[in-house]
Amino acid sequence: MSAPTTTAAASPLERPQRVAVLVAVGVAAVAVAMVVGAMVGPAGPAGWRVPLALLDRLPWVSVDSGLTARQWDVVWMIRAPRVVLAALVGATLSLAGASYQGVFRNPLVDPYLLGAAAGAGLGATVVFAVGRSSTSAWPVDPLPLAAFVGALVAVAATYVVGAAFGGARSGASLVLAGVAVTSFATAIQAFILQRNSDVVRQVYSWILGRLSTATWGDVRLVLPYVAASTVAMLLHRRLLDVLRVGEDEAAALGAHVRRIRLVVVLAATLGTAAVVAVSGLIAFVGIIVPHAVRLVVGPSYRRVLPVSLLAGAVFLVLADVPSRVLANPAETPIGVVTAFLGAPFFLALLRAREVRQ
Amino acid sequence: MTTLGFCDLGVRYGDTEAVRGFNDLLHAGEWLCLIGPNGAGKSSVLRAAAGLVRYSGSVAVDQVEIPAASPKWRSRRIAYVPQSPVMPVDMRVGEYVLLGRNPWVAHFSGESAADRAAVRSVIEALELGALAGRRVGELSGGERQRMVIARALAQEAPVLLLDEPTSALDVGHQQHALELVDRLRRERGLTVVSAMHDLTLAGLYAERLVLMHQGVRVAAGSASEVLVPEVLAEFYGASVRVHTDPDGTVVVVPVRSRSGTVPG
Repeated sequence: MSAPTTTAAASPLERPQRVAVLVAVGVAAVAVAMVVGAMVGPAGPAGWRVPLALLDRLPWVSVDSGLTARQWDVVWMIRAPRVVLAALVGATLSLAGASYQGVFRNPLVDPYLLGAAAGAGLGATVVFAVGRSSTSAWPVDPLPLAAFVGALVAVAATYVVGAAFGGARSGASLVLAGVAVTSFATAIQAFILQRNSDVVRQVYSWILGRLSTATWGDVRLVLPYVAASTVAMLLHRRLLDVLRVGEDEAAALGAHVRRIRLVVVLAATLGTAAVVAVSGLIAFVGIIVPHAVRLVVGPSYRRVLPVSLLAGAVFLVLADVPSRVLANPAETPIGVVTAFLGAPFFLALLRAREVRQ
Repeated sequence: MTTLGFCDLGVRYGDTEAVRGFNDLLHAGEWLCLIGPNGAGKSSVLRAAAGLVRYSGSVAVDQVEIPAASPKWRSRRIAYVPQSPVMPVDMRVGEYVLLGRNPWVAHFSGESAADRAAVRSVIEALELGALAGRRVGELSGGERQRMVIARALAQEAPVLLLDEPTSALDVGHQQHALELVDRLRRERGLTVVSAMHDLTLAGLYAERLVLMHQGVRVAAGSASEVLVPEVLAEFYGASVRVHTDPDGTVVVVPVRSRSGTVPG
């Protein structure tokens, strides 16, 4: 083998180390973003004292941060769960978005595609219409539960309809079924809202997404689902690369196309439904983060999936910072911030692609 | 060395019967070429053997019937090159060829060093080394064809199915591609089934031709037995002259009708 042959043929061989480096950088970025996220807020201690206080909590480290117990409570009980939840939500939405894009071989697909958003919105609307005052006495808050169940039911309906009308391996029929289910759920939601116009404001603010009320309870609530769905999606990263040559050729290469799609869609939906249930609908993360990641690390899902996971966490933690301080002391909904940053970014991205081609 | 058998193969698309009662047995290392007009069912036979369409009857590799629900079992024995492969334009050529190892990689793990070594040797054998780091979208038609064949070879399957392997290539690249398949068949003992439109090339490379018409095999044999003007007129509706060169090569040439109508 001549020298250029060796380097060129070796390119797929280098990948394991490069992925490890990317993941290490990503984990460091998540840590930095989370510390920054914990430093900023309308009330509480001076920002620079927070990292010291966090260091102080590490085992075998003792630093005098100068924080009072009350200030530490602000950091630990209000900011920390919010930052952790933002990281989980951002990571899950972008990983689910990347997985959906892989499984449907369509770059414009997002995790809400198969009806998860509309179903969750409908579930939340029903709870608001029943009345938050009457549900406040319930032992379990029905809002996240209804959103979660709504999302799962909507995606299940999409899957059943799409499989019934589509061919054996057709992803396109599934996407179209998702459009139909989304319209249907949205129509019911609009009907309910029209009859209960007093809750429009609450529903609207839920739809725009919120992290402001995050508690450690929310984190504990979503963590099992997020962990399970993350593991399932990451395990499929090589198989998503096989799917890039189309369903027929992937099948001829020995891939169980229908099973892969079912498991990946199931995992992505479970994760999406769980985070939507606690954070509302946060737009754009599932599309723009995977696309930005592709520009940096290339199109292979072996890199896109793990890096999207980490980049999504960084993005949402940082996007949540302006949402806290822009309209201080009021909150700017996180969904507004992500779409406000996301839309121009998306256009710039499309332009960059066009220039390259 | 591996045999490939078709027993009473049938393929339906809805109400249309694309293939009916197709039987054949390829001996190990044989090259069989399916010919016939458009819609005769050639591709359907290949797609059935590749497990891409439902079929009745059976396909057997070394006299073992292919289990219906095991794409992995099948893909370790049968490699399939479609007529117009999907080109993931931003994928690297090396990554593309590496996909051919999928049948041998456990579901959720990555390729082993042995898999990568196998891919390197295929890339070297097909002289793709200089292209391995390039993007698929940057390749010419002939280079893409070699890359797709490389992926099929990386499967290390003893049976190779080629659907119209040369239809998109110029005469030089057609020859290169078929010579390559022929060389690999000899070196590696591959059993090859191809579907082809160019009758002269089909007769030149395949040891046996099977002529299909409306889903049924209507003639089979060597080039000089099948490529007969009367037969081609009947099933292709074509008016052709057939020359036999002194070396035995059968050349099929269309005849221009001076009156502007095609007889048949």
